[in-house]
Amino acid sequence: MAKNYVSTIINGESAEFLCEPQQTLLDVLRDVIGLTGSKEGCASGDCGACSVLIDGTLVCSCLVLGVEAEGKSITTVEGIADGEKLHPVQQKFLEHAALQCGFCTPGLIVASKALLDANPNPTETEARYWLAGNLCRCTGYDKVIRAVMDAAAVMRGEAS
Amino acid sequence: MNYIDSNLKVVGTRPIRPDGVDKVTGRAVFAADTRVSGMLWGKILRSPHAHARILSIDTSKAEKLHGVHAVVTAKDFPDIANEEAFVGEGPMNFRDLSYNVIARAKALYEGHAVAAVAATTQAIADEALALIDIKYEVLPFVIDVEEAMADNAPILHDDMFTGGVTPKPTKPSNIAKVLTFKKGDAEAGFKDAEVIVEGKYTTKPVHQGYIEPHACLATYAADGQITIHSSSQGHFMVRAYTAKLLGIDIANIRCTPAEIGGGFGGKTLIYLEPVAVALSRKSGKSVKMQMTREEVFRGSGPTSGAAIEIKIGAKKDGTIVAAREVLKFQAGAFAGSPIGPGCMCGFALYDLPNIEVIGYDVVSNRPKVAAYRAPGAPITSFAVESALDELAEKLGMDPLTLREKNAAKNGSKTHYGVTHANIGFEQVLAAVKTHPHWKSAVPAGQARGLACGFWFNIGGESSASVHVNEDGSVSAATGSPDIGGSRASMGMMVAEVLGVPVSRVRTTVADTASIGFTFLTGGSRVTFATGMAVTQAAEKVVDELKKRAAMIWEIPADAVEWKDGMAFPAGSNAGAFEPLDLTAIAAKAGRTGGPINAEVSVNAQGAGAGFGAHICDVSVDRETGHVTIERYTAVQDVGKAIHPSYVEGQIQGGAVQGIGWALNEEYIYNDKGQLENPGFLDYRCPVASDIPMIEAVLVEVPNPRHPFGARGVGEVPIVPPMAAIGNAIRRATGVEMHNLPMSPPKVRAALDAAGK
Amino acid sequence: MPKVIIASGGSCHQFTGGKTEFDVEATTFRQLVRELDKKYPGLGTQVEEGMAVAIDGEIFQDAYQVELKPGSEIVLIPKIGGG
Repeated sequence: MAKNYVSTIINGESAEFLCEPQQTLLDVLRDVIGLTGSKEGCASGDCGACSVLIDGTLVCSCLVLGVEAEGKSITTVEGIADGEKLHPVQQKFLEHAALQCGFCTPGLIVASKALLDANPNPTETEARYWLAGNLCRCTGYDKVIRAVMDAAAVMRGEAS
Repeated sequence: MNYIDSNLKVVGTRPIRPDGVDKVTGRAVFAADTRVSGMLWGKILRSPHAHARILSIDTSKAEKLHGVHAVVTAKDFPDIANEEAFVGEGPMNFRDLSYNVIARAKALYEGHAVAAVAATTQAIADEALALIDIKYEVLPFVIDVEEAMADNAPILHDDMFTGGVTPKPTKPSNIAKVLTFKKGDAEAGFKDAEVIVEGKYTTKPVHQGYIEPHACLATYAADGQITIHSSSQGHFMVRAYTAKLLGIDIANIRCTPAEIGGGFGGKTLIYLEPVAVALSRKSGKSVKMQMTREEVFRGSGPTSGAAIEIKIGAKKDGTIVAAREVLKFQAGAFAGSPIGPGCMCGFALYDLPNIEVIGYDVVSNRPKVAAYRAPGAPITSFAVESALDELAEKLGMDPLTLREKNAAKNGSKTHYGVTHANIGFEQVLAAVKTHPHWKSAVPAGQARGLACGFWFNIGGESSASVHVNEDGSVSAATGSPDIGGSRASMGMMVAEVLGVPVSRVRTTVADTASIGFTFLTGGSRVTFATGMAVTQAAEKVVDELKKRAAMIWEIPADAVEWKDGMAFPAGSNAGAFEPLDLTAIAAKAGRTGGPINAEVSVNAQGAGAGFGAHICDVSVDRETGHVTIERYTAVQDVGKAIHPSYVEGQIQGGAVQGIGWALNEEYIYNDKGQLENPGFLDYRCPVASDIPMIEAVLVEVPNPRHPFGARGVGEVPIVPPMAAIGNAIRRATGVEMHNLPMSPPKVRAALDAAGK
Repeated sequence: MPKVIIASGGSCHQFTGGKTEFDVEATTFRQLVRELDKKYPGLGTQVEEGMAVAIDGEIFQDAYQVELKPGSEIVLIPKIGGG
């Protein structure tokens, strides 16, 4: 099958790849590019473990075709930290023990960053509804929500 | 040594876990994240029928497809003997396990693996599966547990005769065994009762719902040595089972534990690994396999659904005088539901004079069940704790008071022979009584439910090593896969014993060639048993450090004291030398006798049972039947919380899984015996917007058998939620909630039936 | 003499013909297993491989090294695993 040439920016770096027409962006990231931080939990857009940002918009990369990434800027979990400096969301997930097995964590980190980019001062209810597309089976969400709310406060300069 | 009443510096604090940064940055390597050059993709063909005889399998077309390197069926696996051994949840029959991994004569459920291929791409593998020609003789099937028990039910196994009844039956049955437990005389007890409640309850099978599907990468080398990289709750289990199913030596298999993306009991057995090894053996290439979510639902184990009958009798003052329970558990296609714990757990919380429990282990055409958090206990406790609430109401008694009056204490003898010792149930109930949630008025439009739960907890075999590195930093390793932060707590116990900051200790999970045998991560045993091993290893290292200091100072070893990470000369030598810290002793290790390290293996007994009580406030939308959890508090005796954040996390996560079991989760079958909701859209796990904060209240009644007083914490929290929520809904609506899930259509139907 | 009690029907009844309580002369668990096999062939192995026991009220997943007292009560129960 002929492959398509796709030119994108991934985590700030220009990236080019060849992919088959039916290949999802998730498969391209994991199997072609080698960025395995985005996880496959369902491949049907129900669990959010593959969450990435495309031009700043939160999507499930299992529901996007690789060819659709042409000309777009993609942010994966690997691109959330600034070098060795963790993003406040990542730091607060660690401090609040907001992960157990850690499999849903990449998706939650990306989705939480997207939330705080869009809404720097969410209510608990807003955070819960925003993250309703990210399944976590370990934590019961309590510490996840606390971490996100705390990260929001840090980013607003109201906490450290 | 015992540290229970000592002044702890590390244990009980909340450091950041050692594997944390890798997990928030996407670097952590889970089972499906590994690739090797030249590897093939393995895929499984599954039965579309609930019950069918396999007449023939023609793989010739698939084998000829370009890019296909191997096709395997049951013929490629030895037909092993009917042999039982004890594993995670109960006796495991390896013949059954083998037949579950790949069907031999019959497909016993829709989704049962029948053949597998390995090809250069996933697309080619899928194409090859479609070219495999299987002739089936479709057989009558049975899904429901009580229908499977009926005389005229389709029989799954011609050689299954009900165990536990005398004389031995002559006719095969779907009832694998009958268990009976008796204490006192239940019949006589009911004659004394002044108030009796009775009811029938049903629960649905629910899946553990780990977000990471099963996956592995296996390589069979030309000399017969095998490497397996997979995610499981026990890589030693993967090694042993794979060896057994393929008839190869354990020493020829090396299993590397990947990071595990959730298990909750569902990864205490194997599905893919032997198939991947067989495909690799046949193709001469590495084979990677990963299940789709649909395969996880159709082909891996949920826990049992059940039908339960219960009867409880009490005096007017609330003293329970008799209890009777009949439990019918679905095992799935092969024998082995958690019926044993199901029979034991429900009444283990109460000190009752007369008890009779009868349990049935029943096969039907569903996926074989796997362990799920406190296997069996949530099912029995849903019935027991709901019936107790109805009893409290009938007696005009507060539900907490009824439980206090009958609670098991130290010295209470259970109906299965154990006498409780060092338990904290009374302390848990006392903590409920004084908790602001329990003391607060129930908000208008809401109702409050209470329910309790119990789990035995287990110990078992564990190995751990502690190495002092050349610079005085410390590496610790265990054989226990880290499923929820155990590397943090292991490192904390080592740091506490050595008297060093936890940041000086790095903990890893070692592969099967690098540490002694360790039983799997399950039964809430790791902090207890592996914690015991790692603590003892650290103590051996301290002994050695003291010896080395004694050699440097040329004084007897027993004249050295270890304190705050340093060796001090003691007794008559006190003050004679400057103390030596770990770094100084480590620097001289080469000259004083070589590297300083210790490995300890234990078979830990005395795990210390766990008790919990959950309080929940709900509101019920009478128009839609939708139930909202408004407030939730989970109180539990945890012995000693080594890392309190991760203990709270276990309780919160377990409670929310229980909430899903209570309100939404179920397997839905069509009239062909096929699963209709094999995905997260239709199998509805709780999401963030369904749930309030879960307040975890840690009660600490130390377990004297653990050096720091820990007892298992992961199982208990899934036990109370179903009854706690059902009791709240009943108090809100006046309608009994005896059938799970209490999803909107079912609550609405129950309201309709009651004319409300 | 230690007393053996079969708490659960299940797999043990088939060896004892339904008998649920009996005395066995033994001072260690290992001896108990041998004596059970003599009295009811197969039961000792079943207990050693497939059962947990409560000895004088305390639960043992593996009681192999436990010593028994003259009046010890040994209750045979299903093994317990967990999630």
